[in-house]
Amino acid sequence: MALGSLLNNPANHHLGRSRGFWSAIHLDPLLLLMLLLLMGGGLFVLYSGADRNIEVVKAQGIRFGVALVVMFVFAQLDPAVFRRWAPWLYAAGMVGLVAVLLVGVGAKGAQRWLAIPGLPRFQPSEFMKLVVPMMAAWYLSRHFLPPRLSHVAVGLILVLVPMALIVQQPDLGTSLLVGMAGIFVVFFAGMSWKLISAFFALVSVSAPMMWFFVMRDYQKQRVLTLLDPQSDPLGAGWNIIQSKTAIGSGGMDGKGWLQGTQSHLEFLPESHTDFIVAVLAEEFGFIGMLLLMTLYFLIILRCLYIAVTAQDSFSRLLAGALTMTFFIYVFVNVGMVSGLLPVVGVPLPLVSYGGTSGVTLMAAFGVLMSIHTHRRMISA
Amino acid sequence: MAWGEFKDTAAERRLFQRRAVVMLVLVLLMMIGLLARMYQLQIVEHEIYTTLSDKNRVQVQSVPPPRGLVYDRNNLLLAENRPVFSLTLVPERVAGMEATLARLSEILDIAEEDIERFKRRLREPRRPFQEIPLSYDLGEEEIARMAVHRHEFPGVEVRAELVRYYPHSELTAHALGFVGRINREELQRIDPVNYAGTNYIGKSGIERFYEQVLHGTVGYQHVETNARGRILRVLERVNPVPGEDLQLHLDLRLQRKAYQLLEGRRGAIVAIEPETGGILALASVPGFDANKFVTGISVEDYRNLSTDIDKPLFNRALRGQYPPGSTIKPMMAIAALDSGVTNRERRIWDPGYFQLREGGRRFRNWNRSGDGWVDLKYSMARSNDVYFYEVGVEMGVSVMSEYLAHFGFGEDATLDVSGALSGLLPTADWKRAARNEPWYPGDSVNMSIGQGFMLATPLQLATATTLIANRGVWVEPRLLKDIRGDRSVDEFLPSETHEPLILKNPDDWEYVVDTMEEVMHGARGTARSSGQGASYRMAGKTGTAQVFSLAEDEEYDEEQVRERLRDHALFVGFAPSDNPKIAVAVIVENGGGGSSTAAPVARALFDAWLEELPATEQSSVISQVNPEEGR
Repeated sequence: MALGSLLNNPANHHLGRSRGFWSAIHLDPLLLLMLLLLMGGGLFVLYSGADRNIEVVKAQGIRFGVALVVMFVFAQLDPAVFRRWAPWLYAAGMVGLVAVLLVGVGAKGAQRWLAIPGLPRFQPSEFMKLVVPMMAAWYLSRHFLPPRLSHVAVGLILVLVPMALIVQQPDLGTSLLVGMAGIFVVFFAGMSWKLISAFFALVSVSAPMMWFFVMRDYQKQRVLTLLDPQSDPLGAGWNIIQSKTAIGSGGMDGKGWLQGTQSHLEFLPESHTDFIVAVLAEEFGFIGMLLLMTLYFLIILRCLYIAVTAQDSFSRLLAGALTMTFFIYVFVNVGMVSGLLPVVGVPLPLVSYGGTSGVTLMAAFGVLMSIHTHRRMISA
Repeated sequence: MAWGEFKDTAAERRLFQRRAVVMLVLVLLMMIGLLARMYQLQIVEHEIYTTLSDKNRVQVQSVPPPRGLVYDRNNLLLAENRPVFSLTLVPERVAGMEATLARLSEILDIAEEDIERFKRRLREPRRPFQEIPLSYDLGEEEIARMAVHRHEFPGVEVRAELVRYYPHSELTAHALGFVGRINREELQRIDPVNYAGTNYIGKSGIERFYEQVLHGTVGYQHVETNARGRILRVLERVNPVPGEDLQLHLDLRLQRKAYQLLEGRRGAIVAIEPETGGILALASVPGFDANKFVTGISVEDYRNLSTDIDKPLFNRALRGQYPPGSTIKPMMAIAALDSGVTNRERRIWDPGYFQLREGGRRFRNWNRSGDGWVDLKYSMARSNDVYFYEVGVEMGVSVMSEYLAHFGFGEDATLDVSGALSGLLPTADWKRAARNEPWYPGDSVNMSIGQGFMLATPLQLATATTLIANRGVWVEPRLLKDIRGDRSVDEFLPSETHEPLILKNPDDWEYVVDTMEEVMHGARGTARSSGQGASYRMAGKTGTAQVFSLAEDEEYDEEQVRERLRDHALFVGFAPSDNPKIAVAVIVENGGGGSSTAAPVARALFDAWLEELPATEQSSVISQVNPEEGR
């Protein structure tokens, strides 16, 4: 229904009272509505994925409340504020990432958190998901676009350094998202197709190098497991076999809400966190997946529209990169749960249980709304 | 200085728009890719994953049938099933395996070998959340202790299963046999489907012979389980068919009596009901507690049992192969009469010894001074050896063997007694094959009094005695009396194979029985002291079997021979002699003389069976599980 109106949405200041109201509080009602729809539906699936544990749903609801507040706050800030603060935030983030490697705390062999006395535990890498694209957009939009080779190089370095630091924690999922966010800025800035081709060539050449020199054993294992889950059906392959079984057994219209045997009989691990989409696929079938994907697509469409209609290059680059980051979340998560990609710790945005990423995501949507609603009358 | 306003050119905007369109197309394609993947999994391969999902949650469990019970002839329970509690661990749910094992060992008495076995199992591949047993057969106190400490041990559970229990184990271990855990060898023999839920199998005796009948047929249930293997509900169930309950001819009271009579000695008693061939008592002393073997005997207990000088694990009644000694004489008398070698009137001069030829080796009578002129009746009563030496040599090995074979010597003539041995019935051919020597007449001399090569088990002696009691009518020894339920005994009891022994003069049976009565009641009978004061007449024959051979003319003092080199005391007999209700064979290892040691045991059994037990039956109400089954 909304495709036409999304694309043809005229600039807000031309609209009537209600648009004026939304504009005044710097929110985009259409985007907000779709996000609320996603979060509401997500809570439903979460209730099932958490095996009817209402406490989990409540906790998630509270997080969503916090995230909406964060979104609201970010939406009130002028994009120029982000632009001005970008270098300082970036610097602070880098300090945080280095500090994590030196004095960080964590679990399962990974240091991801900073525990500063008197402050809540804090994950600098999460913060960098926002700050790295801001920094890249700040740097590249200072110059004429498309960027020159040297600017592209500096831009990529600004992205790759924090990414490398996050890989060291190790946190493959987050480093991937941070890296992609930054690289999307460079792409939107107009990095030449030649360079893009060269970049892909470099990636494909360096993939084997990554295998031998960068990737940890457990990461290699995940890739091997993806290729042949049956090689270790009770160990590393268990997750992927069980999630594919959950998805596949859902069929066209699913087993019904709360009726998924894979999740409720505990065959599906992480059924309320990273693998929640398998619960949805099992209980609501292909139709449920189609609806979910459509909702995600409409959100992305709306965000890209916001990016395209943004007034300055910084805003455009930032909005475009944040949108694509959101998409990467969806693609990597659904891809890994359905056995297309190796298992990396990327949640399904605004559906998976868990706090930090939800807040970061909503902050990003706040930035997008800010870009959309802080407009200057400079040209027709 | 509003950032970028000066360079926010239309070109930059168009550039971004182009890139955005590229990205939109990319997003669309990738999303379609994801949906295509979903389509593949959910629509195209839906069936496969539905099957996998059902296989995940729906487990087919085999429900082991309860093993059939075993009763004695008076419906007293000899073998039952009782719940045994074992300790199992789910490794996935145990927090800190080493610490848990150490802590468990503090609370419970867990053997080192159990922990070893558990750790071995832990290293083997298995399903997640599968239970691994750590320790079997917890005591009540241990169960209680576990209940108290349970909260400290996540993933540790006490599980119950039904296992065999023998309430009168020491008395019945040799007669019933026992069950034990299925071993590798048996695993290849059994039907894997029917034994899918069964951990135990009959190892010996009745338990082994009637394994199929006792086991029953396995049942199934489809259960929905979660990933931890916990059963949430039963979807479908086919009940197991319990094993058949067996009733044996065995009489626990007589069995107990037999054990009491042999208490403190080593020996065996077999009592048979001549009418049916039913084994009334089958005792091998010392016995052992078969319950120890059911859940797995400890190494130490097993070592103690197997190295015991009295060999409690050795089933003397079935597998003890002894020289029958003079207890062979009634059968020899039948052979000598029927083959025409002798008759009731023939008399033989006994100077105290027998010689094959003048100046040859002297085969001694046990009475060194000689009995003078003796006939068959006298020779039976006094157990005169010389008479039998003479007729034995005249019959020769082939005639003796032929007749003895009719009595069931040299074969396992039982129908359902598992593990019974055949003894040794020597022939000339056997000696040539085994010893590479011809059969000498001297061998016949020895054979005529049950010495030399011949060996027989107590069960065989009782069987042969039963044949005399039945005057030549064969009834093979058997344990199974009845099967509870609808099925008939004939379905499971092997068919009888022996032809009756028909004598040229059937009255010879009565004559030989008379001579056996002389043993018990005659003025000079060897067992006359055991026959005294009885209200019924009995027939019997004493025997003394040499444990080692004495050289010719060598005297020996019983006191000087170490106890274990003393003669075995034997006795065979039945009562009442005109209408036999019980036939017995008794052997007391190193018991000395048959008349002094074995015959009183038999008399006590006769009294018990013919007088004491029927008296208690009438005076006291014996609760019967199934009264209409009693006769």
